[in-house]
Amino acid sequence: MPKTRVGVFVCHCGNNIGGVVRVPDVVEYARSLPNVVYAEDNLYTCSEEGLSSIRTQIAERDLNRVVVASCTPRTHEPLFQGVCEEAGLNKYLFEFVNIREHCSWVHMHDPVRATQKAKELVRMGVAKACYLEPQEEFESDVAPAALVIGGGVSGLSAALGLANQGIQVHLVERQQDLGGLVRGVQTLFPTEQATDGMLRPLTEQVKSHPQIQVHLGSEVTSVGGFIGDFDVTVAADGQAMDLNVGTVVVATGAEELKPVGLYRYSELPNVVTQLEFEERFKTGTEVPQNVAMINCVGARVPERSYCGRFCCTTAIKNAIWIKEQDPGARVFVLHRDVMAYGSDIEAFYRRAMELGVRFVRYDMQDPPVILGEDRAEGVKVFHQLMGREVVLPADLVLLTTPLIAREENETLSKMLKVPLGSEGFFLEAHLKLRPIEFSTDGVYVCGSARYPSNIPESVSQAYAAAAKASIPIREGLVRVAAITSVCDERTCSACGNCVEVCPFGAIELQEGRFGLAAHVNAAQCKGCGCCVAACPSGAMQQRGFNDRQLLGMIGALAEEMTSGVGE
Amino acid sequence: MALESDDQGGDGFEPKILVFACNWCSYAGADLAGVSRLQMPANCRVIRVMCSARVRPEFVVEALSKGLDGVLVLGCHPGDCHYSEGNYFTRRRGLLLKRLLEYVGIEPERFQVRWVSASEGAKFASTIEQVTKQIKDLGPRRPQRTIQPTGPGER
Repeated sequence: MPKTRVGVFVCHCGNNIGGVVRVPDVVEYARSLPNVVYAEDNLYTCSEEGLSSIRTQIAERDLNRVVVASCTPRTHEPLFQGVCEEAGLNKYLFEFVNIREHCSWVHMHDPVRATQKAKELVRMGVAKACYLEPQEEFESDVAPAALVIGGGVSGLSAALGLANQGIQVHLVERQQDLGGLVRGVQTLFPTEQATDGMLRPLTEQVKSHPQIQVHLGSEVTSVGGFIGDFDVTVAADGQAMDLNVGTVVVATGAEELKPVGLYRYSELPNVVTQLEFEERFKTGTEVPQNVAMINCVGARVPERSYCGRFCCTTAIKNAIWIKEQDPGARVFVLHRDVMAYGSDIEAFYRRAMELGVRFVRYDMQDPPVILGEDRAEGVKVFHQLMGREVVLPADLVLLTTPLIAREENETLSKMLKVPLGSEGFFLEAHLKLRPIEFSTDGVYVCGSARYPSNIPESVSQAYAAAAKASIPIREGLVRVAAITSVCDERTCSACGNCVEVCPFGAIELQEGRFGLAAHVNAAQCKGCGCCVAACPSGAMQQRGFNDRQLLGMIGALAEEMTSGVGE
Repeated sequence: MALESDDQGGDGFEPKILVFACNWCSYAGADLAGVSRLQMPANCRVIRVMCSARVRPEFVVEALSKGLDGVLVLGCHPGDCHYSEGNYFTRRRGLLLKRLLEYVGIEPERFQVRWVSASEGAKFASTIEQVTKQIKDLGPRRPQRTIQPTGPGER
């Protein structure tokens, strides 16, 4: 084992660190630390000058650990790790110390304490660096096929996006037909184009695509494995089929809320939802004369706090349709706020008003009341602008309800090991930075499975998901950051705590050379370290965050206190 | 050293607090506090872990028994854990550990678990401020009594 030789590079970051922290003092202090053979300061360590200095010093001083004290590993770690690799040093022998975000920027008026803190942070970083070990990243092959779950607009678009890149796609749809929820819709906003004109070419393309295998009337019943190697069972009519795919796109959509118990829905025959109106009325020739629509039914309420986003536009679309069939018809839209976002839809909303559709705002505290015995005959509502109650005639009452998450999401989320949000929709890895990915690698989401999305949104998300899902397949292999757990089988007592706590099912008890012991599947392990903290014997360790390294940091900080170095 | 510490001035006692922050939420929240230039007391030292659930209870005990004045563990809000459920383990372990600390005569307030998301730079700063004040009020850690060997040769 060669002697540990640590090099420390402290960054001024122009004035960002150097203006508060006395960098030369930190460098001087670093030189006094155990195993540190070299320390220097740089105006900008991330500049070409700083980087080439790291390369030079690794070679000249024979450094086998590099510590950079500068900004945050969240942005700059890959850069410095890359430089170490270029100089022939394993990138896992690099340690980052944050003295900008965590020090100079938050103690700007206290240079004495900031300098002291920077020294201690460097001491902790060096202590950890001494215990770092070179690591090999795990690589595994990727099956050259993708699974798309759901054959609605999102799923169809995602399947095409993948198949057009030459990737074999399995499209699984529960129903006997493709098209999903939108099949029940007659016309689409804001173009008022017939749905069939959009859906038919899309489904035809999918059905005739040589790279797409459509599984109708089928359901995913089990998913095992991990990115690159998912083993999926698809069942149809009691027959099961096994598929092996590299990535998975979730495009299971959502369903319309049936507002049982609200506004006498399901009690009166002429109180229906917007989707039911599309299915039953818009196909016929008879146009109702007096129509009242009530928006936000079961949406933006305590038990369902979200906005359905395009239900307002659906109401506007149907209101326009009625006025266009019969300009003499009276259409009232009772709303709480009108969500008509984007330039096209705002214009669509204005057109409805120009056609004579009346928009009346109601208050949630004083909701509209349906009048009539066996049929709805009118709607009573407090008109806020008029300051009094009005009764609107109604031959038909349309309840505008949001899309809600499918109950089956629960089962699917467990199978795929991906989370659901509080409303039961699939929850992406990061709202802004990773909107169509899950934190579980190799699984992606698009369309209304994630949140109520209209067609343009579903299609763009589907293309994004397809693009993301194609990357591992086209690369042919995946690399896993070497921060995964490893088990020392000699000390493992096979208690199974780690198996219990692992959120990814990455650990199994297996019979090995030393008897039954925990075994970590590196491709499934995401490196959280839950299992390490749960291990009573210390057999389980996380690479890059092992007990020795973290205890070393704690010890370094405590020593600093007692020795009082730097004061 | 040329620098003069002002630890003796003002309130006198300046506690030293160890902070574990999870990579995905709280460490990012700490970064955001920095980017937003939110000023805070300089008593805390952050160790980055991938998940708050990586923090072995022994780390807390080790830090307190070596003389650090407090340990703060920060994780994602319940339900937001990058690893689905790591922070639930942190919460449960934290409750047990507080009872253990109390049992062995260490004020349980010296160990705290809080949730800070990646967007909560301000919450990170205010948490550091609150915890620093609480631990300052508790005063320095009294060193644990160590059991002396009974005779020179014995262990």
